Amino acid sequence: MAEVQQQADSGKGGKKRAKKMSTKIDMTPMVDLAFLLLTFFMLTTTFAKPQTMEINMPVKPDDIEEQIALKASNAMTIILAADDKIFYYYGLGDPTENPEVIESDYSANGIRKVLLSPTIKSNDKMTVMVKPMEESRYKNVVDILDELKITDTRKFALVEITDNDKQLVETKTGQ
Amino acid sequence: MVDLGFLLVTFFMLTATMTPDEVVIVDTPSSISETKLPDSNVITISIDGDNRVFYSVDGQNTKMKLIDKIATKYGVNFNEEEKKTFSLLGDFGVPIAQLKSFLDMSSKERTQVNQPGIPVDSATNELGEWVLQTRLSNPKVIIAIKGDVDVNYDTVQKVINTLQDKKVNRFNLITDMEAKPGNF
Repeated sequence: MAEVQQQADSGKGGKKRAKKMSTKIDMTPMVDLAFLLLTFFMLTTTFAKPQTMEINMPVKPDDIEEQIALKASNAMTIILAADDKIFYYYGLGDPTENPEVIESDYSANGIRKVLLSPTIKSNDKMTVMVKPMEESRYKNVVDILDELKITDTRKFALVEITDNDKQLVETKTGQ
Repeated sequence: MVDLGFLLVTFFMLTATMTPDEVVIVDTPSSISETKLPDSNVITISIDGDNRVFYSVDGQNTKMKLIDKIATKYGVNFNEEEKKTFSLLGDFGVPIAQLKSFLDMSSKERTQVNQPGIPVDSATNELGEWVLQTRLSNPKVIIAIKGDVDVNYDTVQKVINTLQDKKVNRFNLITDMEAKPGNF
């Protein structure tokens, strides 16, 4: 295609000289195209892969009897309520015991301080139960799981809210 | 320089993976987690701000097998054209009853149509079926939940319950990056 064609000797003038043709091809349009493609692919490539947070839910037991009851002294419950509010209490939340429900928030001085407090940190068996209410936002759940990770709390579970807990929050907010 | 240019073009062309267009805009919450989501074999369950549930799974082969399984299960017949469309689909959020007409639409119509979301109620729980059949089609899949910041936990709870009913107890929550606070 692009080879130089040797022209047959015309015999004119006696000098045997092939006619020189330029071997250079204008590559500018091709290079332009190449860079256009380069720009296109660079812009369409998404580099950032999404971050994830892995959670393992407890396996639903077939038989309730098989479960080992949690001791009240080793339990703490965090309730995520509507409007980004947090309530927490120690113990299992039996209404007859009338546990003290404390309000907290998602700031560094809120629930993080509580999770770092000696009551939790010095007790290896302390299990934190996170109970999001129906009105709470998904962000709240992720935030609290984050806090648990930041504070390196290993034993925690995401538990469905019970009527008892709703009652406790109601009496607390009703005050 | 031109050589380098071509090298880069080749590189980007080979690494470019066609990202299917996402029909839902989900604003994910941020977390300090640094785990990355794998590239392939991922089921993404998106929950948008209006509590609608969308489903997507990657891999054309998986989706081909999946649509066949769903078709037998629900007694819907999909023709080759519709199966092909399904295998190229990204997120979708239509009940199985409407899936056939949804796949018949042109891709432009599909972006405009209002998708009601996949039913997750206890009465008609199609999400569980999708997850189960996908796992049968491709046992390697992992499940990621991509929830919007403002989604009510109620809906997330329903999705998680559905997964647990299908004996899926390990899944990922997709989040944005956030700097880890110091002093801990």
